[in-house]
Amino acid sequence: MAPGALAARDVIDSAGRSVRLPDRVTRVFAAGGPAAIVVYVLRPDALIGWPRAMRAEERPYVLESARNLPEVGMLTGRGGSANIEVVLRTKPDLIVDFGSVRPTFVSLAEAVQEHTGIAYVLVDGRFDATPTALRTLGDMLGASERGETLARYTEALFARVDQAVASVAESDRPRVYLARGPDGLETGLKGSINTEIIERAGGRNVADAEGQRRGIARVSPEQILVWNPDVIVTWDRRFHELVRSGRDPIWQGVEAVRRGRIHLAPTAPFGWIDRPPSVNRLMGLAWLAGLFLGERFAFDIEVATREFYRLFYQVELSEGALATLIAWADGKPPALRQ
Amino acid sequence: MSVATERRRSAPGAVMACLVFAVLVAVFAGLTAGAYPLSLQSYGRALEALVSGETELTSDERVLLLVRGPRVLAGLLVGAALAAAGVVYQGLFRNPLVSPDVLGVSAGAGLGAVVAIFLSLPLAMIQLFAFAGGIATVAVVTFIAAAVQGRDPTLVLVLAGVVVGALAGAVISLLKVLADPYDQLPAITFWLLGSLASVRAGDLAATLLPVLLGLLPLVLLRWRIDILSLGDEEARALGLEAGRLRIIVIAAATLVTAGVVAIAGVIGWIGLVIPHMARMLVGPSFERLLPAAMLLGAAYLVVVDTLARTLSAIEIPLGILTAVLGAPFFLWLLWRGRHGWS
Repeated sequence: MAPGALAARDVIDSAGRSVRLPDRVTRVFAAGGPAAIVVYVLRPDALIGWPRAMRAEERPYVLESARNLPEVGMLTGRGGSANIEVVLRTKPDLIVDFGSVRPTFVSLAEAVQEHTGIAYVLVDGRFDATPTALRTLGDMLGASERGETLARYTEALFARVDQAVASVAESDRPRVYLARGPDGLETGLKGSINTEIIERAGGRNVADAEGQRRGIARVSPEQILVWNPDVIVTWDRRFHELVRSGRDPIWQGVEAVRRGRIHLAPTAPFGWIDRPPSVNRLMGLAWLAGLFLGERFAFDIEVATREFYRLFYQVELSEGALATLIAWADGKPPALRQ
Repeated sequence: MSVATERRRSAPGAVMACLVFAVLVAVFAGLTAGAYPLSLQSYGRALEALVSGETELTSDERVLLLVRGPRVLAGLLVGAALAAAGVVYQGLFRNPLVSPDVLGVSAGAGLGAVVAIFLSLPLAMIQLFAFAGGIATVAVVTFIAAAVQGRDPTLVLVLAGVVVGALAGAVISLLKVLADPYDQLPAITFWLLGSLASVRAGDLAATLLPVLLGLLPLVLLRWRIDILSLGDEEARALGLEAGRLRIIVIAAATLVTAGVVAIAGVIGWIGLVIPHMARMLVGPSFERLLPAAMLLGAAYLVVVDTLARTLSAIEIPLGILTAVLGAPFFLWLLWRGRHGWS
């Protein structure tokens, strides 16, 4: 069967909605960043556009056909900006959202589906549910085989990481702080979608508001000194540079910085640990588990990176492209440009 | 003249002494409260280290000298500066609803910072862009006002400020829409809500110059500003060139506001509410009102910032706290409005 060819059928999405899929899915509109990535890894040929156009430094890491896809904005999530006319103009067969299936997103999907007459499916984007999501969406997009392959890879990775994490006593696991923003004082609270990968990889998120709330918050520098994390993870190059320069006295007093355990995640083509929170985080999971668990988790960054980029993004990394990523993950990122 | 006014006039010294005491209490609270537990001895040792210029600091000394100390100082400076600018603008425009943002300085500073965040520039550049944005916006506003001749100059200034401020706000919104939602947007949102969390001693030193440079003419010209608040006609009758003085005062207040917004982000309500509180305490005379408002603003922001960083592990943005505390006060002020505004 040709990719995308299916009999018209009703499917149940992750929110429990019954949606009638068209018999052929050749054009997919991704409702936001996470959806665009999961659609890209499953059916790059069907993706209509990116929520935000790819930047120069990101382009070499996706298929050539996807590098210059138009910017279409996003229907959901922070900074929602796509308008319904843009959606209609791009003539999608299907709209996919990947992430939260809370009532807000359900009602939005219903409204858009009603206005446009285009099928709109919601797929649960929790990290744990990644294998299920890859299979479900693979089926909907007529890429069941590819969905199965990627799901199997994910399950194997999860199993390997979980096993390694289980071999380390809770108290021996590193206490990790995720630093966001140019001053590093933004963080993701424990349990938030932005940090779930830290726990999964065997770290203990220090930003634990005892279940009061989740999401991104700003914390005081004193609080960071109180937490005194063993490891700091960030993808903000400005913050990384600020700490490395030694100009900020707060961070010089933190255990993680004194021991040189501040790790910068690459963000090309997508972030390794977040930005946005989608299947791109699988790359970060292996990387973080390697950092957090040391010898307990066998991880060869060159092999793993090459394999992940080949399998998910379908690009064969050149020596130069691979070297850029490795250096980046080693704290030597390419110069920041817009 | 009411009895209350009589009483105010009779004991300004006592009121000032109370305000100085309030500042000292606030500083004490700010230095002793915080997430990091400090022993009593560490205060003495930190003081010694400060005096002797010791560079090898213990963790306790670090917290006091590099984190909490600069933050309390920043609270004093920012609070005093915003309150001073508020007093000046309210007098200048003879309008009780005016705050330091009236000529668009906060909107302009916000735009500057948002542009810098959007361009992924480092922290120091965000502060610099904010400062430049605030100054540039007010410059544009005064230029427009100067170009529009023959009308009530203060009215034209306020209108130009509202329009240019709204434009800056629109561009901020545009950049928020275009920003990376996972990266730049949270940073923009937090910055626009104000915080002293990332203020370090170095930032404080850098911002001290523009703030002092702005406060100096305000203090020196305080009795003339009083005359200015009577209106142009009266000022001219008393032999004062209102136009030039107005420009100097606006420039000074802008410098002060832009200087503090650059390090603290956008913090509303202080410049609006504190002048009213101060006026209740010492009356409308600018000569006493300015120092009273500065003391009150300093104490207030140090207290608010202490709350912001101690109520929970998560910082509450200052702009939220000042609004939550300021709005009810303002309503109360409206309710007892029979005392009049000036």
